[in-house]
Amino acid sequence: MKRVVYREWRIPPERYWSLLGFLAALIGIAALSFGYMEHEGHWVSGMNNSVVWGMPHVFAVFLIIAASGALNIASIGTVFKKPIYKPLGRLSGLLAVAMLMGGLLVLVMDLGRPERLIVAMTNYNFSSIFAWNIFLYTGFMAIVIAYLWSMADRQGGPFNYPIGILALVWRLALTTGTGSIFGFLVARQAYDAAILGPMFVALSFAYGLAVFMLVLMFGFEEEGRPIGPRMMRRLRNLLALFIGIALYFTLIYHLTNLYMAKNDSLEHWLLLSGGIYTFLFWVGWILVGSLAPMWILYHPVLSQKREWIIGACALVIVGGFSAMYVIIIGSQAFPMALFPGHTILESGFADGVNGAAAPYWPTIPEILLGVGGVAVALLITAVGVRVLQFMPESLADDVVAPDEETLDAAPFAKPA
Amino acid sequence: MNENATRIASTSDETPASTVDAGRRGFIGTAAGLSAAALVAPGVFLHSVAAAPRSEPVTDSVRWGLLIDTAKCADGCSACVDACDRENGLDLQEPHGSESKWEHQKAVWIRKIKLQDNQTGRITQLPLMCQHCEHPPCVDVCPTGASFKRADGIVMVDRHLCIGCRYCMMACPYKARSFIHQPTTGQLTAVPRGKGCVESCNLCVHRRDHGEESTACVDACAQEGHGAIVFGDLKDPDSAISQRLREIPSRQIREDLVLNTGVRYAGV
Repeated sequence: MKRVVYREWRIPPERYWSLLGFLAALIGIAALSFGYMEHEGHWVSGMNNSVVWGMPHVFAVFLIIAASGALNIASIGTVFKKPIYKPLGRLSGLLAVAMLMGGLLVLVMDLGRPERLIVAMTNYNFSSIFAWNIFLYTGFMAIVIAYLWSMADRQGGPFNYPIGILALVWRLALTTGTGSIFGFLVARQAYDAAILGPMFVALSFAYGLAVFMLVLMFGFEEEGRPIGPRMMRRLRNLLALFIGIALYFTLIYHLTNLYMAKNDSLEHWLLLSGGIYTFLFWVGWILVGSLAPMWILYHPVLSQKREWIIGACALVIVGGFSAMYVIIIGSQAFPMALFPGHTILESGFADGVNGAAAPYWPTIPEILLGVGGVAVALLITAVGVRVLQFMPESLADDVVAPDEETLDAAPFAKPA
Repeated sequence: MNENATRIASTSDETPASTVDAGRRGFIGTAAGLSAAALVAPGVFLHSVAAAPRSEPVTDSVRWGLLIDTAKCADGCSACVDACDRENGLDLQEPHGSESKWEHQKAVWIRKIKLQDNQTGRITQLPLMCQHCEHPPCVDVCPTGASFKRADGIVMVDRHLCIGCRYCMMACPYKARSFIHQPTTGQLTAVPRGKGCVESCNLCVHRRDHGEESTACVDACAQEGHGAIVFGDLKDPDSAISQRLREIPSRQIREDLVLNTGVRYAGV
């Protein structure tokens, strides 16, 4: 076992700058989309008075929960004292802050009155989970930045563990808070479920780790830094486990709904006759996003192959976007039960006449705005790893620590 | 007057600085003063006029509400909806995008709904609008407090605080709120509207503040001879609405949510 040495990301400048240029171009296009939607008004988007949150929210919520999930790696190293994860802690923290920034930007850019952001910063209604989230999100960034300092600076060493615990508790609160944005809404059948809070935590584990693994493997590959089979085995098994946990929560959510007669129509629609939402649920969320990557990750041969692991991570992300689309948009598209036990025959405001779902198709500016959020997250990460020492030089088997740490063992590696 | 002042100012620029004309200078001063007075005075005047009837704060000694007798609500009649649109300037909305899309994006404060009981087949007509809950979910979820309940029970949106996040629309069990998706033009003075904000029925709050009785929908329904909607103070036992509520069976929509709505329905 050797000392862990962290180094800046030193890929050739032309390759680095073309990557930054590409990301900056995506951000520029997103800025134009934002300007277009704000100038014209939201009528140019696919959102309407029934489906009030659309594609930007799919991207934003995915980024926000993936952000908290990405921090898990640091927590496992610091709080749960698994030394093999320690060298990954810094990148984990950076990615968490970057994705949260990207997600929040998308959320803010989609407001009807984004210029009034200062109003949201100065007027709080504390019965709103949204108002709490403003503190949870900004607090998360501050705590993770302190966490990064404690990981990277010698003087921060003694604070590493307490900050790590605080960061873990905070991230659990943050993701529960994000799930509760939906879980506390009594108005809509698909949302009126407290399980959405913990379910979002479970989803965040999988999405955050999948993004983290992709970024890690891309960063290491580009520069020829090695990742040993032991590290890959740990990460891949962890991802498979997290997918399993997310599936478990998904199963319980739907079983609960299926058990209640009042939610029969919702489940029947979502699982069988919901068109795009049914397709995205079964094919996107369950098959492509959960079962297929689990099969790859537990397959005796395929799980040894790097390309297949990368593929599994990508599938988890595709599944994540499908899940967000179903949870955020599908749940709004299903008509509200204004008059339980009745069928609405006519309405002047599209109240689900004869049980029809509300229409929504994402428009190009909405999608480009969301992609811009992803680009912001990646840009922050790319700049971070280039200028500061976030990534270890090697994760080869002879460098990383043994898998387990005994209680009386001394810390295995000091920061370089 | 402004034009004169500008023209005079430009001529004075050409005059050599040594020959200052005191009379001309005085004239410019007076012109500028009058212009300023002309600009500011209407604002001051309007303010003082408008402030008079609204000088007292709203109190919780009243709670405004509606009672809708669905038996009297006529099939094919949209008088209440049309009146609301006129009263609040919603008829001035200009369609944007395709017709089918606009149907889902335009602002609607009150709509007619025809529903059928799944078991018995009984058909009911009713107008649906903001139910002015005692415990409004839209107020609970609003991050800035823009969605608020007045002391007199009216639930409405402060258009200066609304950031357009639409969380209230997610939370409302009655789908009562609309987001303004398009730029607004030619709005009414009494009902300011703005792109990017959320809005909904406010029980004709401008009428309340000027001490007028009833709402636009109630007047229109009565004019049509249906009289299906009664407006009044739920706290006053002698008000027409309270008396009627004592006489006939009524209920709240989504009573299971226990929001204690200010709008009640008979015959649903």
